[in-house]
Amino acid sequence: MSFFEGTDIWTLAVIAGLTVVTLLTRTFFFFSSEEWALPDWAQRGLQYAPIAAMAAVVLPEVLMQQGQFLHNWMDARWMGAAVGAAVYFWRHNVLLTIVAGMLAYLPLHLLLGW
Amino acid sequence: MFFKAENYRHPAFMEAVRDVAPQAPGLAAWGLMTGVAMVNSGLSVFESIAMTLFVYAGSSQLAALPLIAAGAPAWVIVATGFCVNLRFMVFSLHLRQYLMHLPRLERMVHGYLTADISYVLFTRRFANPSEDPADQLAQAASLAGNTCMMWVSWIAASFAGIFLANIIPTSWGLGFAGTLCLVGILCSLASTRMRIFAAGVAAVTAIAAYNLPLKFNIIMAIGVAVVLSMSLERFLKMREGQGA
Repeated sequence: MSFFEGTDIWTLAVIAGLTVVTLLTRTFFFFSSEEWALPDWAQRGLQYAPIAAMAAVVLPEVLMQQGQFLHNWMDARWMGAAVGAAVYFWRHNVLLTIVAGMLAYLPLHLLLGW
Repeated sequence: MFFKAENYRHPAFMEAVRDVAPQAPGLAAWGLMTGVAMVNSGLSVFESIAMTLFVYAGSSQLAALPLIAAGAPAWVIVATGFCVNLRFMVFSLHLRQYLMHLPRLERMVHGYLTADISYVLFTRRFANPSEDPADQLAQAASLAGNTCMMWVSWIAASFAGIFLANIIPTSWGLGFAGTLCLVGILCSLASTRMRIFAAGVAAVTAIAAYNLPLKFNIIMAIGVAVVLSMSLERFLKMREGQGA
């Protein structure tokens, strides 16, 4: 596997395009230097954005398979996530959440193939 | 931006590094598997490194890989990345109030480096922006320390994944550690009933709208959850007012 083997201009252009997308979306509201403050209601609304974004990213990942809601309880991911969440509420430590969740997930996934 | 002395010499910088360190292993496992996935999907080592360093957005990278492999039109891939990243626009709107005292270039570097975990941990640490210059400096230094830790973990792990791609099979499921890291952060945010309500609404919406194209379900879930939570908040306040 050599360093540049298989590199082509088209793929590099796509990577450049995705870089612009990252920059544009992450800095969208930083560009203008105009003085304007968010209306109060919008500021309160944004308090809910972080947890909504996390839930929207994580829960489909854990509760769905191939674009469908789990129709079978034998799935290692929701179990791993449930163990992880329980450990979080017990010890309030993200590292322990990851370790416990993986300890629940890996045997089910690798040995039972769930 | 973590390469500015004013930020990295500030005590809030190291405090933030220590604060976010527990999430680093989960992020690293996720970065490792993203590195493996890039090479396995047929990107060259050079392309994988360029993508890691410049795109720096795991979810849009992973969404783009199958499309690149399938030779989808470039605009479709870029549009997909845009939709997957739409949530960052909401984040930048929120962070604006914290960073507007900085010059444009500086706040844009901060923004570029602030991905999901950094945003969530920063807004959890500082619930409100400050008017006081000393506090503003501390907040910027804290964000710099936070994003520095996340950047180093993600980049180092992605590089490891790129070079070890032939040894680590994706079937092991190590990428699940990244999901667990997000589970932990989700739990840490679920501190009030209203927030749990918002998470529930977002989850139901994201699952129900999962089959929308371009991962549009995520931004839709954020929108619906924010609007419904605000409405419920207002409703509860009105009812309280009537009761009194």
